[in-house]
Amino acid sequence: MKKEFKASINRALNDANLTGALGKFSEAYRVNRAKAYEGIDFEALRGRIAEAKSSAACHLDEVAEVFKQNAEALGAKVYRTSDPEQVKEYILQVARDNGVKSVVKSKSMASEEIHLNKALLQAGISVAETDLGEWIIQLAGQTPSHMVMPAIHLTKEEVAEIFSKEVEERLDSDIPRLVKVARNELRPKFLAADMGISGANIAVAETGSIVLVTNEGNARLTTTLPRIHVALVGVEKLVEKFETVIPVLDALPRSATAQLLTSYVSIITGPSPNDDGSLKDLHIILMDNRRTEMARDPKFKQALQCIRCGSCLNVCPIFRLVGGHVFGKIYTGGIGTILTAWFDELQKSEEIQGLCIQCGNCTEVCPGKLDIPEMILEIRRRLVLEKGQPLAQKAIFSVVNNRKLFHGMLRAASVAGKPFTSGKFIRHLPLFLSDLTDGRSLPAIAEKPFRDLFPEIRQPKGGEKAVFYAGCLIDFAYPETGIALVKLLNKAGIEVIFPQEQTCCGAPALYNGAYEVAAHNAVDNIKALLEVEAKYVVSACPTCTVALAHDFAKTLQDQGRSEWLDKAKELAEKTVDLSTLVKRLVEEGRLSFAEGEDLGKITYHDSCHLKRTLKVSQEPRELLQKAGYELAEMYECDMCCGMGGSYSMKLPEISAPILKRKLHNIKETGAPLVAMDCPGCVMQIRGGFDQDGEAVRVRHTAELLAERLK
Amino acid sequence: MFEQFKTRATGVGAEVHRVGTCSDAVDFILGFMKKEGVSEVPGSYAVWADGPFLRGVARELLKQVPGLSTEVTRERAAQAKIGISEMSFAVADTGSLVQDQTAIDQRLASSLTGIHLAIVPSANIVSDKTALFSRISPKTSRYIAFITGPSRTADIERVLTIGVHGPERLIILFVDELGGAA
Ligand code: SF4
Ligand code: SF4
Repeated sequence: MKKEFKASINRALNDANLTGALGKFSEAYRVNRAKAYEGIDFEALRGRIAEAKSSAACHLDEVAEVFKQNAEALGAKVYRTSDPEQVKEYILQVARDNGVKSVVKSKSMASEEIHLNKALLQAGISVAETDLGEWIIQLAGQTPSHMVMPAIHLTKEEVAEIFSKEVEERLDSDIPRLVKVARNELRPKFLAADMGISGANIAVAETGSIVLVTNEGNARLTTTLPRIHVALVGVEKLVEKFETVIPVLDALPRSATAQLLTSYVSIITGPSPNDDGSLKDLHIILMDNRRTEMARDPKFKQALQCIRCGSCLNVCPIFRLVGGHVFGKIYTGGIGTILTAWFDELQKSEEIQGLCIQCGNCTEVCPGKLDIPEMILEIRRRLVLEKGQPLAQKAIFSVVNNRKLFHGMLRAASVAGKPFTSGKFIRHLPLFLSDLTDGRSLPAIAEKPFRDLFPEIRQPKGGEKAVFYAGCLIDFAYPETGIALVKLLNKAGIEVIFPQEQTCCGAPALYNGAYEVAAHNAVDNIKALLEVEAKYVVSACPTCTVALAHDFAKTLQDQGRSEWLDKAKELAEKTVDLSTLVKRLVEEGRLSFAEGEDLGKITYHDSCHLKRTLKVSQEPRELLQKAGYELAEMYECDMCCGMGGSYSMKLPEISAPILKRKLHNIKETGAPLVAMDCPGCVMQIRGGFDQDGEAVRVRHTAELLAERLK
Repeated sequence: MFEQFKTRATGVGAEVHRVGTCSDAVDFILGFMKKEGVSEVPGSYAVWADGPFLRGVARELLKQVPGLSTEVTRERAAQAKIGISEMSFAVADTGSLVQDQTAIDQRLASSLTGIHLAIVPSANIVSDKTALFSRISPKTSRYIAFITGPSRTADIERVLTIGVHGPERLIILFVDELGGAA
């Protein structure tokens, strides 16, 4: 990672105003959003939005043409172009033809995307942003730090400072006063402007309407007072039917600002009268700038379903730490990374794509049903295709690609790592692995990996069989978790099979864009795991479970190895995570826990992949309670712990504060014990407490349950 | 539905009133202008945009109010403390008012003024947007305006602040006698 990028991250992390404001906002947002959606079936709502927007994206060209015809029939002038330069030229031409000297703008991200203000100013036309946040950053000469709240990084004192310069008068930092100043300063600009430039939140093809959603009232003035109105609209705003306006208006304000509806919504369908009796000169520019190309790309077409609500930023554990500026000048956060990669260029996303820790929080709240982490992985993959894997990573993956070599080196590490072992933790793993597992305090490589311990376990024979997929961490660092799993299943009369040929699940390679390595891992594992007849393939690592149940097939398909697809599907169907399986066994009466003992308080940490990809969250809680623990929920129980595979090593400055927050939330419950279903989280959180010195025990659910078997 | 509307609208900072007859409404409006000190001083004007209710009000009555004009120009509206307009619909589930504001005086009176006083026929409360769009359509209305509470921002330190570019107060006056014909 480049120095400047790391420097910008550090600047953001050390900006107490920014992290404070964003942190508080994200906490309040979660509560307020939930309240705003009370009584609404969010899944159904976003289903309607995604379907309508996806359908428009499938026929973008036709839909744009229908819009053009309908809006023009009403007297609007519609200009379609894919080239940002032509957009600017068109607007400048309209300005020249009409002797425009001053422009007022209500928020338009498309105009920022093409740096329209600069072009207008160069042509000698004055431009005022009128959205309060946008005006503040215009005066400050900055760029927006959030899609919906562009000036969230500035304090009221800083705003007072900026306004004082503008009005040449010392202002204090009273917020209502500052807002008044903005009203009074901008009002004459509205009244004098020759041209108003707006964006649009929705453009409806069947009626030729544009819909503007605002709170301040600036869009109403922008579209009413100047005699010329130019609406600059990205083609992703197009929908076919007017009826789609309803779900978008239901979701956009709720998701953006937790409002039931914004103060103002304007639906403009053709030109309306000006106050001098003339008809508005209404220009609607449908701007493409690679959106059509995006719509044709099967992996990125879904990005056109975005309604720019910004809620993906509000729930992102990374965004709330670093804010928007780290991401670049216009679009921010995970969605911003994707838009930048397309609207600007792929290379521009090279560093920022690495900011996503793949926690999946955004996918839960996105009203457009975008899978942002998946698209970011795809960007990662394409970057690797274009530029090749970095040398160090290449070396690692060439090892991971070869099971014998890989496992040999892990064994060697258990010996080589010895001198550095402090208690259960070592500071540095041998270099070749550090890129995979380095972090805070790391677990020692176990003296004997699970694969060597397994043959010594005596098991009941002849009953049901389950294949155990251990994954690297359980196999080589936490064999005790594997032993616990065997104990649990044995108790229910299930014999556990451990195929020795199993290897890394490929997730590290996949998450670093090395798809061919991931595909190779997938094939090796499919062969190993399907070799024996068994009812289940069970794993106690959610990341591995996701690999087996979801990723293998996708990766193999992607790499053109379709001969393996049937087998991948067969494996996926058999795959189950430990908690789900144990719960089933308990319900069937095949497993039960010792009763009568009060084990005290426990808190539970939801692992990202388990909760959001596998949708498992109640099962481990119920089991732990059945086993005799009293559950004390922590704040933000399903927020990422900051591990994210190699993330904690690449961006330790971001991972560390996320972990710190998690440790704090755990401690706040007062429980002496925290359970989780993921060995990666165990490594991160146990390592954190090890350094922190707090005596909170960190255990995998499997181990806690195995201790309580009747 | 009135109660639901009222809860929602007051929840976002609107002030909701209801009267029975048109003459009660006129009394309310005249009283309100008086209380707010409407006068022939720039900044203290009132403007009243055209509408069926206004057409029913005796002109002599209005002439007695100094500073009030029914001729809504941008100059007049920009210096008006109060803008009065008639809004056709109230949407209960979001506390919103909706009107076809294609005629520019409707927009001037409700966007440039410090206070917006909206007159709404009590029988025109609809449950939600779906019900609303069966009554008003972009096919026949060029500028459909939704107004939900006063103008607001949270752009400085996320602190909710009222009255940025639009009115800082929204007074909603339901009139039963106006019935339901929009
Ligand atoms: S990606 Fe989804 S959550 Fe993010 S801005 Fe777009 S619609 Fe909103
Ligand atoms: S997956 Fe997590 S880290 Fe990545 S963009 Fe979404 S919320 Fe942010």
